[in-house]
Amino acid sequence: MSVQPEGQLIADKEISEVDGITVRLAGDSGDGMQLLGTQLTNTSALLGNDVATFPDFPAEIRAPRGTRAGVSGFQVQFANSEIFTPGDTLDALVVMNPAAMVTNIADLRRGGLLIVNEDGFDAKSLKLAALTEDPVTEEIEDRYRVFKVPMTKLTRDAVKELGLGMKEADRCKNFFAMGLVYWLFGRSLEPTLRFIENKFGKKLPDVAAANEKSLRAGWAFGETTETFGITYRVAPAKLKPGTYKNMMGNQALAWGLLAAGKRSGKDVFYSGYPITPASDILHELSRYKHFGVRTFQAEDEISACCAAIGAAFGGAMAVTASSGPGIALKAEAMGLGFILELPLIVINVQRGGPSTGLPTKTEQSDLLQAMFNRNGESPLPVIAAQSPGDCFDAAQEAWRIAVKFMTPVILLSDGYIANGSEPWKVPDANQMEPIVVTHPPDAAEGDAPFMPYARNENLARPWAIPGTAGLMHRVGGLEKADGSGAVSYDPDNHQLMTDKRAAKIEGIANDIPLQEVFGEESGDVLVISWGGTYGSCHTAIDRCQREGLSVSHAHIRYMNPMPRNLGDLMRSFRKVLVPELNSGQLRMLLRAKYLVDCIGFNKVKGKPFSVTELMDQIHSIAEKPNLNGKQVD
Amino acid sequence: MNLPVLKAADFASDQDIRWCPGCGDYSILAQMKKVLPELGIARENTVFVSGIGCSSRFPYYMNTYGMHSIHGRAPTFATGLKSTRPDLSVWVITGDGDALSIGGNHFIHVLRRNLDINIVLFNNRIYGLTKGQYSPTSEEGQVTKSTPMGSIDHPLNPLSVAIAAEATFVARSLDAHVKHLADTLKRAAAHKGTSLVEVYQNCNVFNDGAMAYAQEKSQRLENTIELEHGKPLIFGTDRDKGIRQVGTQLEVVNLKDVAEDDLLFHDEKAMDPSLHFLLSRMRHPVMPEPIGVFRDVEGVATYDEQINGQVAAAKAKHGNGDLNALFNSGDTWEVAS
Ligand SMILES: Cc1ncc(C[n+]2csc(CCOP(=O)(O)OP(=O)(O)O)c2C)c(N)n1
Ligand code: SF4
Repeated sequence: MSVQPEGQLIADKEISEVDGITVRLAGDSGDGMQLLGTQLTNTSALLGNDVATFPDFPAEIRAPRGTRAGVSGFQVQFANSEIFTPGDTLDALVVMNPAAMVTNIADLRRGGLLIVNEDGFDAKSLKLAALTEDPVTEEIEDRYRVFKVPMTKLTRDAVKELGLGMKEADRCKNFFAMGLVYWLFGRSLEPTLRFIENKFGKKLPDVAAANEKSLRAGWAFGETTETFGITYRVAPAKLKPGTYKNMMGNQALAWGLLAAGKRSGKDVFYSGYPITPASDILHELSRYKHFGVRTFQAEDEISACCAAIGAAFGGAMAVTASSGPGIALKAEAMGLGFILELPLIVINVQRGGPSTGLPTKTEQSDLLQAMFNRNGESPLPVIAAQSPGDCFDAAQEAWRIAVKFMTPVILLSDGYIANGSEPWKVPDANQMEPIVVTHPPDAAEGDAPFMPYARNENLARPWAIPGTAGLMHRVGGLEKADGSGAVSYDPDNHQLMTDKRAAKIEGIANDIPLQEVFGEESGDVLVISWGGTYGSCHTAIDRCQREGLSVSHAHIRYMNPMPRNLGDLMRSFRKVLVPELNSGQLRMLLRAKYLVDCIGFNKVKGKPFSVTELMDQIHSIAEKPNLNGKQVD
Repeated sequence: MNLPVLKAADFASDQDIRWCPGCGDYSILAQMKKVLPELGIARENTVFVSGIGCSSRFPYYMNTYGMHSIHGRAPTFATGLKSTRPDLSVWVITGDGDALSIGGNHFIHVLRRNLDINIVLFNNRIYGLTKGQYSPTSEEGQVTKSTPMGSIDHPLNPLSVAIAAEATFVARSLDAHVKHLADTLKRAAAHKGTSLVEVYQNCNVFNDGAMAYAQEKSQRLENTIELEHGKPLIFGTDRDKGIRQVGTQLEVVNLKDVAEDDLLFHDEKAMDPSLHFLLSRMRHPVMPEPIGVFRDVEGVATYDEQINGQVAAAKAKHGNGDLNALFNSGDTWEVAS
């Protein structure tokens, strides 16, 4: 029978139209689950669904095969309306081995589809997963709709004629699983076939052929066997009109930096030292040298930060990125950047800490590090991206502030945003406003002596760069005399300069938008969130509002300085709830700054918030609404 | 271009110099001011970058662009600067503690990358600014504030480290030997690639006379040996001694017993660093210490040249980056209104 890649259905299978589906693919970290997930995401995005993803992988490149520690998962939700999270509970779970099943089954909703690679459940695999018996028990079969598919065997059959070795053949089983999943959810094979051709076609034609055959075999299996009586369809989402592209957070961040460079007429100098989950920014940017980007893989994070400051002194758009432990190393240089008053972007793609902590898991626990991790009085502007696509805008905003105020700016992302993806509306570069950068020109004979620490209306000092005649000056970490920049140990001058630098950073508050609120501007509960928890918080609050609760949402982008209206806003609600993936860092800042009590909702498990747990939390503190005289609970 | 003729005084900034009276740093500063006008580089195209230490105050005293950065990291700032501004003449000023202790890592990496900058390492074998602790170049057994029973660290030889990192220009000079110093700085400036000049610098407050065996005119001829490219290694007040290579060792011989032709001839251009390394191992009092240029190899691509070369090559191949083309690349889809 011929395979219809566009998902023509045969009559004996029922089609169920659903609003959205959450699937998780889980297997051994060598099974190619991330690839499978990425393909499913891209394909779903191309079909016009809104998508949100959550890749979750072990820290070890090759954790012991088949063990629970080695399980790699990828979750994607695709939907016919705008969504903000990869979903709480799973509608479908595909597992390649017993370890993957036992570590993921708890998230599958009752009645959900459990697709099992039967061949992966042999005695050896059970042992590796520390199981004494097959986890696909009767109880499991009662609770879920279980489909056992001998994927390994079917894949071997599919590629038999290519004469591959057993190992090579088995490596294709993720494509078989993919084909089956595609069939089940009516995804087109086209984009993945194109991917296979681009990736392997020329270099490894055998591999390309094997992967294609496996993919098609997976599809054909779904269509022909009696096993599945039903398939699912999700209509395209009604997104704003335009051209879309599926974007991952780190990619969006890199592209935002490219855009910021173009908008300001600057070449980007990017320096980093490899660290998860920030490395991909370096990988991505190093591909765009034709944009004038110079990437520097430094010997350590200290070097990376210092090199960026050196580049900034020379007039480049300087950026450095790392994750928490690397940011700790950059701290001294960041302090120097602050007192030199040079523009610089320092990106922290946060991960679970402290120290090496949970390197591949997400957390929001570097906020206080961003705020305070420098010696002396050295406040820096801090802004936080809220979603994968938002990284594009956040990067440009960071640079706009850095040059306007002549200061390093800290940009916070996190592992969840960095590796997650969502549809991104392709902007028109011609519509982007310039970011104005000025360098004072050569001095003429008879000009007054140059004042490197004179300040403009934003309290920013001039960005005079080497090569400019007559403006020779020296910067450095020793305190500078106001205006002239000569080294000064004068106590009053130090007070003055400390105050001026602080006032400059505080003044950024006048240059950023007021805090927006989703919902009413006053009421019962205000939820304040920041960073990557945006999606789950927004979804939870949206649902609570629909239930009639008086709850509003303020998601903060500007962590320092904070929007001018934030304090008043907090005082306009009976309760303020601050959910964070840390032990209460923003809550501490809000309490200290506004003297308003806040209730924390905190979690440090290396996992994002689920919508349900946030809703439960809101319910527990909200006044129950009175709808038509009827109490809702 | 018609550059105005500059004098040493034109390179002096308006800042008061705060080194201790008698410090060797003054001499190095004076020679630098004397050499720079002869290079024909405009002041605005010259940048001094330093770390932290007495020596690292140097940029403040020069009427050029300058950055007094953080302890040990000057090479990294210079890397960012020179990579993006290859048009500038960049000098790194550092001390033995700065370059070899806290900055040891960066020191190695900037040398192996061969960034086209000049590093001047002021070696006084002590921590000056923090008031007299031993440094990575202090002699074993040296009594200092932090080593009342004598230092138990084996000293690090910066030139050996540099040569091991295959630095393309390595030299040594002395603050007190002003002509030699000026000539060596000039040679460093002329070199394309990272040039390292170690300068024995007297800290008359915390380590006075530590290098007197090399610095004092009366002792210099016996205790040092001046390297000259293509010439045999001869030294001594009466130029009566030389250096001979025996297997993998160097030894001092008397010219009464050994013919000049059997001495080691200095080849600063040798790509292979082995002999340069052997020279760097010559230490007082067993051997005379070489001064001058150990190594000056040409034709090794510089980091700044290559990083900018890749940008140029990418532009030639793909055209100037176009954001709209980038944004619309790969798989996209349309949502109709
Ligand atoms: C991170 C850091 N650690 C320590 C210091 C203190 N410190 C300043 S200079 C210096 C050593 C300087 O010695 P050297 O580089 O030999 O320079 P000299 O003062 O002798 O010229 C030290 C330890 C510092 N400024 N920063
Ligand atoms: S302490 Fe030593 S190195 Fe420092 S200025 Fe004084 S003499 Fe020079």
